[in-house]
Amino acid sequence: MSGAKASRLSATAIPAPLLIGAVFVTLMFACAAAPGLLAPYDPVAFDYSALLKPPSFAHPFGADNFGRDILSRTIYAARIDCQIAFFSTLAPLVIGSLIGLAAAYFGGWLDILLGRVIDLVLTFPFLVIVIAIVAVLGPGLVNMYVAVSIVGWVFYARLMRGEVLVQKQLDYVGAARVLGYGSARILFRHILPNAARPLLVYWVTDMALKILLGSSLGYLGLGAQPPEAEWGVLIADGKNFFTQAWWMTFFPGAAIVVAGLGFSLVGDGLADALDVKR
Amino acid sequence: MVPTLLSIGVIVFALTRFLPGGPIAALLGDKATDEAIARITAQYGFDKPLIIQFWKFINLALHGDLGESIAYRMPAMRLIGDRLPVTLTLTGLAVLIALAFAIPLAMVAASHQNRWPDFLIRGLFQIGLSSPIFYVGLLLLTVFAAGWRLFPVGGYGDTLPEKFYHLVLPALTLALSLSAVLMRSLRGAILAIMNAEFVDFARAKGLPPSSVLVRHILRNAVISTVTIVGLHIGELLGGAVITETVFAVPGVGRLMVDSIFARDYPVIQALTLCLALLVSLTFLATDLLHMALDPRIAR
Amino acid sequence: MSLAPILSVKDLDVVFATPRGPLQAIDGVTLDVRPGEILGLVGESGSGKSVTLRAILRLLRGNAKIGGQIVFRGEHLILATERRMQQLRGASIGMIFQEPMTALNPVLTIGMQIEETLAAHGLREAKARRSRAIELLHQVGLPSPQDRLGGYPHEFSGGMRQRAMIAIALAASPSLLLADEPTTALDVTIQDQILKLLKRLTTELGMAMILVTHDLGVVAETCDRVSVMYAGRVAETAPVDVLFAAPRHAYTHALLRSAPGGGAPRAMLTPIAGQPPQLQAPAQGCAFAPRCEYSEARCLEGRPPMFALGPDQASACHARDRLPPWRAS
Repeated sequence: MSGAKASRLSATAIPAPLLIGAVFVTLMFACAAAPGLLAPYDPVAFDYSALLKPPSFAHPFGADNFGRDILSRTIYAARIDCQIAFFSTLAPLVIGSLIGLAAAYFGGWLDILLGRVIDLVLTFPFLVIVIAIVAVLGPGLVNMYVAVSIVGWVFYARLMRGEVLVQKQLDYVGAARVLGYGSARILFRHILPNAARPLLVYWVTDMALKILLGSSLGYLGLGAQPPEAEWGVLIADGKNFFTQAWWMTFFPGAAIVVAGLGFSLVGDGLADALDVKR
Repeated sequence: MVPTLLSIGVIVFALTRFLPGGPIAALLGDKATDEAIARITAQYGFDKPLIIQFWKFINLALHGDLGESIAYRMPAMRLIGDRLPVTLTLTGLAVLIALAFAIPLAMVAASHQNRWPDFLIRGLFQIGLSSPIFYVGLLLLTVFAAGWRLFPVGGYGDTLPEKFYHLVLPALTLALSLSAVLMRSLRGAILAIMNAEFVDFARAKGLPPSSVLVRHILRNAVISTVTIVGLHIGELLGGAVITETVFAVPGVGRLMVDSIFARDYPVIQALTLCLALLVSLTFLATDLLHMALDPRIAR
Repeated sequence: MSLAPILSVKDLDVVFATPRGPLQAIDGVTLDVRPGEILGLVGESGSGKSVTLRAILRLLRGNAKIGGQIVFRGEHLILATERRMQQLRGASIGMIFQEPMTALNPVLTIGMQIEETLAAHGLREAKARRSRAIELLHQVGLPSPQDRLGGYPHEFSGGMRQRAMIAIALAASPSLLLADEPTTALDVTIQDQILKLLKRLTTELGMAMILVTHDLGVVAETCDRVSVMYAGRVAETAPVDVLFAAPRHAYTHALLRSAPGGGAPRAMLTPIAGQPPQLQAPAQGCAFAPRCEYSEARCLEGRPPMFALGPDQASACHARDRLPPWRAS
């Protein structure tokens, strides 16, 4: 099955949206990996001669109320938002997959309990729950990851459970059992690779969503804390100056859009390439 | 609905009991006089077993007493009662604008499936989906409030017309975000309806295109729309929280964020229960509306 | 019965523009329907039968290109404006579909769906519409029609839904009914009832009908004449009893032989070997030749023309004179 995936991607031309998405994501990774190489200025360097200067050749994205270069700050902030994309999704992915897998395969009380939890979590706006948990734990990036993980695993569990339930009905599982294969072997070597594809697509799309969530919390002051540069925090810095210096909010925001768009386009492209329904 | 609400009640109860410093500190903050401590100990039963405490908690909640706000020094329910209508108006307006905007565009996209209008519309909404609400709000503020001075920067007026005037930009922001979320599902639903055989049959009977559109396509589309909007209530409320913060609108969303920063636990507790109730009621309303519109569902 | 056809289709072509290239669904189809007769249009899935019906009413999707000639009562339909087609649909030519559950709007009552047709074709007063609706439901054999008017499609059984659909299609009294596999989705017993109903209605109303089906049994029971389609082309046209007695096209021959009852009792079924052709690349010669056991070299070189075999019979087959009897006994 996984061999077929590789050959399918290379056989057909890569569609434009997927390509654009890949470019955006690569750009973001490049900024995260080597900001020093790409940024023209030191992101925390004050420059009193450039206070609130509009975009110019010297400062392509303008400068903020301390004279810091917005372009450089935006580039350096990419690292934090990259971290957010990964750390907000990794634990939910792993925990959710395991729980969903177990619930679907073994059924019984575990499945029923999971169903109740899913209903409960879905009732509430995700943002509000995360904000509430961060309220209890205190603001900060790590607490945000914890808060997101506490609730976020449910979505992965629901997806995995659905996929496994579908796979369980398919004939090849019955055939495997007739051949005498044990539960664990069927689960990990047969069902899991098939269920993994929609999960992979969901994970990539979820990273886009978590960047949005993370920057929202950063804006509210509940996520990344200043002076740590994160795009949402940068926008919050700029919100008090939006009448005089629109560039302080515009460019970091555009970075969020580019990053989010990148991950969603890659996610959609993957869905098409892997033949996953959205 | 009741089991969900009960579960949320249990969770809220548990959370406040296990906060650092204990529930007394949470409920009174640092204004804890001995007399106040004695009063709430009797009221909430902190000296009694947990089960009795929970019973008192539920009882008080059902009577509308969810504690007193530490920051505002008034009953939490009154605070919420003042602000809830604002949020409801904001979200109601946003839903109307979003639908007025998204349904026609979804129809255009569906009827030009896989041609350039479809790609353009889907592309625009994809960008909208990747744009955080606070960013959209700030952009609108920059253009319309700072640049062209058409709308106020935030806050809320006193008279009814003033209030609507203040809600225009926030509602527009929330609507843009919501329509991006709804677009994909709407387009899919409308596509399915447009390709349905009963549309062909309607045309085969010689009905004019306007009849086909309104009586056949739209009537079915409305039913799908109700379902789709119902599914995204959570996102709508989350968006309302951020929008109210950006535009300084005095609704329950902003109250939530402010209370979190102020560690105003009675309000947080009360708000959580109220929001859960609100969402459950919305689901119920969506179901009832669906039942009223779709004759296939048994009454 | 006058011999001038009410509908005359000549060299009809329908090409769909798909992402994978043009798809020729109909390739030079010629047929006609006399007033009051039932013409069967039979063939496998993908032979183009339904597309033909939709092409007549111009109900195909935007990416379809229609060529050729369709003449209804002296009027050229392909050249007609959309407004004119709207007037003709329902009032002159009606159509019924295969699956009534999906062909009826689930959120409108049966009464509304009948009355909107009447309103679209000029019946102004509500009372007149209502009484006509009741009359129609009675005509198609639905018991207590007044009560049925306010019913929704999902409240009817399969057979009743199909009757309701027929009532709706006949509301504005068309003189030609296009029936796209109207009984395929029904139980065998209900199938029989509906076919009898359709036959009765064509006689009562003096209406012609094109009955599309893949079921030879239906053709034998109901139709006066039949055209057999294969890969978007007409293979053979003949009166029903003539066709079943002695098919004059190798495909019809193979089709009849492959049906249960086509051979000696207890003999093995003889399916037709091979697969129907892909429609992206229309065949140079006869479309059936690759699968045909009577094919010759000239069958693959050029398309066999329609050979006239009698007043009502024609076949596009070079082997038309050397086909053995298809029945074993």
